[in-house]
Amino acid sequence: MQNRVLNYIPRDSFIHRLSGTTKFIIFLSFSFLCGLSFDTRVLLVLLALSVIGFILSKIKLKEVKVMSTFLVVFVTLNFILLFIFNPEYGPEMYNSRTVLFHIGGKYYITLEQLFYQFNIVLKYIIGFPIAILFVSTTNPSEFAASLSSLGVPYRISYSVSLALRYIPDIQKDYHEISQSQEARGVALGKDVKFFERIGNAIKILLPLVLTSLERIDAISNSMQLRSFGKNKTRTWYVKKKMTTADYCVIAFCIVMFIVGMIVTNQGGNNIYNPFV
Amino acid sequence: MKNDSVKKVVATGIGAALFFVLARFVAIPSGIPNTNIALQYGVQSVFAVLYGPVVGCLSGFIGHVLTDITWGEVWWSWAFGTAVYGLIVGVFSKRINIQSGNFGKTEIITFVIANAIANVIAWPVVAAVGDMIIYKEPANLVIAQLAVAAAADFVCAVVIGGLLLFGYSKTIAKTGSLDRE
Amino acid sequence: MMSNTPIISFKDFSFQYNAQKQPTLKHLNLDIYPGEKILICGASGSGKSTIGNCINGLIPFSYMGKIEGSLTVDGIETKDSSIFELSTRVGTVLQDPDGQFVGLTVGEDIAFALENDCVEQKQMIEETFLSAQKVDIHRHLDHAPYDLSGGQKQRVSMAGVLVDKVKILLFDEPLANLDPATGKSAIELIDKIQKESNTTVIIIEHRIEDVLWEKIDRIILLDDGCIISDSTPQQLLTGPLLVEYGIREPLYLTALKYTGVDVSKVEGIDNIKTVRLTEEDKAAVRKWFSMQPKPVLINDNDVILETRNLDFGYTENTQILFDVSLKIQKGEMLAIVGRNGAGKSTLCKLVCGFENPQSGKIFYANEDITDSSIRQRAAHIGYVMQNPNQMISQSMIFDEVAMGLKKSGLSEEQIKERVYQTLKICGLYEFRNWPISALSFGQKKRVTIASILVMGPDIIILDEPTAGQDFRHYTEIMEFLSQLNEQGITVIIVTHDMHLMLEYTNRALVFLDGRLMRDDSGSSVLCNPELINRAALKETSLFAIANMCGIDDPVAFVDCFIAYEKKERSHAE
Repeated sequence: MQNRVLNYIPRDSFIHRLSGTTKFIIFLSFSFLCGLSFDTRVLLVLLALSVIGFILSKIKLKEVKVMSTFLVVFVTLNFILLFIFNPEYGPEMYNSRTVLFHIGGKYYITLEQLFYQFNIVLKYIIGFPIAILFVSTTNPSEFAASLSSLGVPYRISYSVSLALRYIPDIQKDYHEISQSQEARGVALGKDVKFFERIGNAIKILLPLVLTSLERIDAISNSMQLRSFGKNKTRTWYVKKKMTTADYCVIAFCIVMFIVGMIVTNQGGNNIYNPFV
Repeated sequence: MKNDSVKKVVATGIGAALFFVLARFVAIPSGIPNTNIALQYGVQSVFAVLYGPVVGCLSGFIGHVLTDITWGEVWWSWAFGTAVYGLIVGVFSKRINIQSGNFGKTEIITFVIANAIANVIAWPVVAAVGDMIIYKEPANLVIAQLAVAAAADFVCAVVIGGLLLFGYSKTIAKTGSLDRE
Repeated sequence: MMSNTPIISFKDFSFQYNAQKQPTLKHLNLDIYPGEKILICGASGSGKSTIGNCINGLIPFSYMGKIEGSLTVDGIETKDSSIFELSTRVGTVLQDPDGQFVGLTVGEDIAFALENDCVEQKQMIEETFLSAQKVDIHRHLDHAPYDLSGGQKQRVSMAGVLVDKVKILLFDEPLANLDPATGKSAIELIDKIQKESNTTVIIIEHRIEDVLWEKIDRIILLDDGCIISDSTPQQLLTGPLLVEYGIREPLYLTALKYTGVDVSKVEGIDNIKTVRLTEEDKAAVRKWFSMQPKPVLINDNDVILETRNLDFGYTENTQILFDVSLKIQKGEMLAIVGRNGAGKSTLCKLVCGFENPQSGKIFYANEDITDSSIRQRAAHIGYVMQNPNQMISQSMIFDEVAMGLKKSGLSEEQIKERVYQTLKICGLYEFRNWPISALSFGQKKRVTIASILVMGPDIIILDEPTAGQDFRHYTEIMEFLSQLNEQGITVIIVTHDMHLMLEYTNRALVFLDGRLMRDDSGSSVLCNPELINRAALKETSLFAIANMCGIDDPVAFVDCFIAYEKKERSHAE
């Protein structure tokens, strides 16, 4: 019954009942504060808040297993990469160097580097419950209306809705085209030479793109026939009414964002430095 | 023109859907371990050429954010990179008059130049600055990652996008002179 | 009901698309009055869809071109109006059910026009519900398009234009994508809506027997952009024009003509429900039937394809196929029918190896191929998709057809020879150096069939090969497939077209809810009301005629008719 593109999990919870607009604001304020701040205290508060939000949403961790596995892999990989590329970046940043032990060559484990990487990991981890919270509790039908109420022009908002609407159709097209081409010897696996693989990809992509262009014509005709673009604004069938809870949450997000930014920038930069 | 603007709205949505499907579900190994050919940038560049900078920019941005969000994490700096990439290729679309059925030397050179400029600005500039602000990642790592990304996406977009545009131009070669048999 | 001022009026109206050398519509004069129900028919390229696009404003506001003369819709000169102004007067239901379903759910899609008109949410929800109720889709308001059948999607589209309280409803080929039973109920629903709202209804369709299931006031016959005839159904059906201009006449009419009944004297001839035959007529039909040789169809060739107890589902809870066992003999031409989602396409995908069964086996010439790859099976079993544009990836015909041979180990010379030979079979040899973009839809279809045939399969499976084709193209494609069949290729066709099943196939596999429900001749299937009802098929009007005339073996009557018609057709050639 639901749009299965994004992992929307319908449920009756405080978070689910909030309007899409509110959830967009939560998503954006958390994402941007998390992006702009390097203050460990702010990040820890954000993490705590987003975990609380996640619990409130009644979404279970096992329902988002695929994504969490991906996150763990990604974070680990990046953790190692960061160290390999520049093991002295932390000490440089915090103007202090506390060696814990020496691995070999130019590689020393320092407290500062660990702290720096801890902050990065925090940032990645905070993003996760926020994104999950947003996609799992917001009905995709509400996306366009919410974007539009945040001031995004309705034509752009509707593009988002159209994307969500037609992803499954295009996915099906892709699947069917590639199967029928495979029957004619079009393969994309590792055993195919690189340039041939590219050529084969084109044999699937070209029909996909051309049928998508036909689709664009059909859709835009039918939208025009039903007056899309007639007025400067439009109303939305699925828009949720804002409740007191919505206003409180929005107010909280704004205050949190401002306070977070002030705390972050206290010391002249956005770093929290416990080493000096 | 009114009609044109509705078509652009739809093209943005469908372009984003294509971007999403290719980025999320289609993995064609590139030969380098654990990396796939980024077909989505080829298709995004086609949309940028066919429908202009706004569609090129937004279809990529929406597609990118939707893809990221299904992984549980949005990489905003990269998403903005994608947007800038589509925007810049789209700016060149007026110089690539594909609707006339021509995709010859001039058009190909313009397309390659557009991609070169777009990839350099999108990745080593926009996305790199983003990564350094958000994650304070060391410049050498960021630049290494993004230079590789820029080079790879440049190759993918030029080859895939170019071949698609070439194929597309062949399908309209005969219009303008349609006559009943 | 009718007033004297036309609601739509074409006066010496011509239209030429920018991309074309000649006008598509030529000096049309046509008046349509409020409350009328009009059928516009004509072969492909006759300009019938262009007329529709002129009325709803897509011409000239979306498709550019040159207009001469005048067209007024509800008193407005269209070329001075806008698509928005016209859309509040004309509601259009287009052919493609997915292209016009733009909302993420049924409710959103129905409300789409109201949203664009900035209607307040509360009122919008009420009006959406009312419209949904009119087409009986109000219980599905929160469903996504992927959960709906083709017929349900079409009803959503109808509701979506009804919310605008339009005066004119325009249907562009409403039957094209529907199974027969759904098509029938669509025609009934259009009739009901028209009666309730007293709108003017225009239906553009070439399948006139299906449209005439409910009463039509006038039929406009179009050819090459000109109006050939503008008359009552009775007049058009009894005259010679339909056949002359490539429109298929109703089967019962053809049958009565063969038996020598003077159709111009038959009462109620425009609808199978109202046909009244005199005793004399009935006797004539019986006499004709008794004189026909009874065709005998025997195929005792070896089994070429067999499935045993196939089960399939994408997830545990959504089983699509249950225990499907069937045998297909070499050289057969057979139809797979049933409603959308009954498992027809899924079966084909399993046979081709696109999907793997959960359990069960598939045999090709007694050899187990259940574990063979797509590519291995493609050497024996070819699959042709419905939309040729989904298959074509080359710009030249030769390259497209040669593609499947590229990795087969043949030399350039051998490939060239095989391709030329295939192109000759498909009647495409003279076009071998043409770009594909210069071909018509039917020719493209042939190219895709050629691109499969070139790999030398013994079995070829086609998904709806004639969907959206007019009678001439339909005949062309089907005759071509028959020729292939005569050369020994087994042809399997997935179709909603009951005429096709009757005329061209020796056997029909009827699917219902993932099970093979019946395996019988097309004529037996279509003379079995209970089966028809359950599998969403549609009774043939020949069965009704046989019953009317008291023929006790209607199946044999239908078979005789088909055999006779084939003979007639080969005489005509």
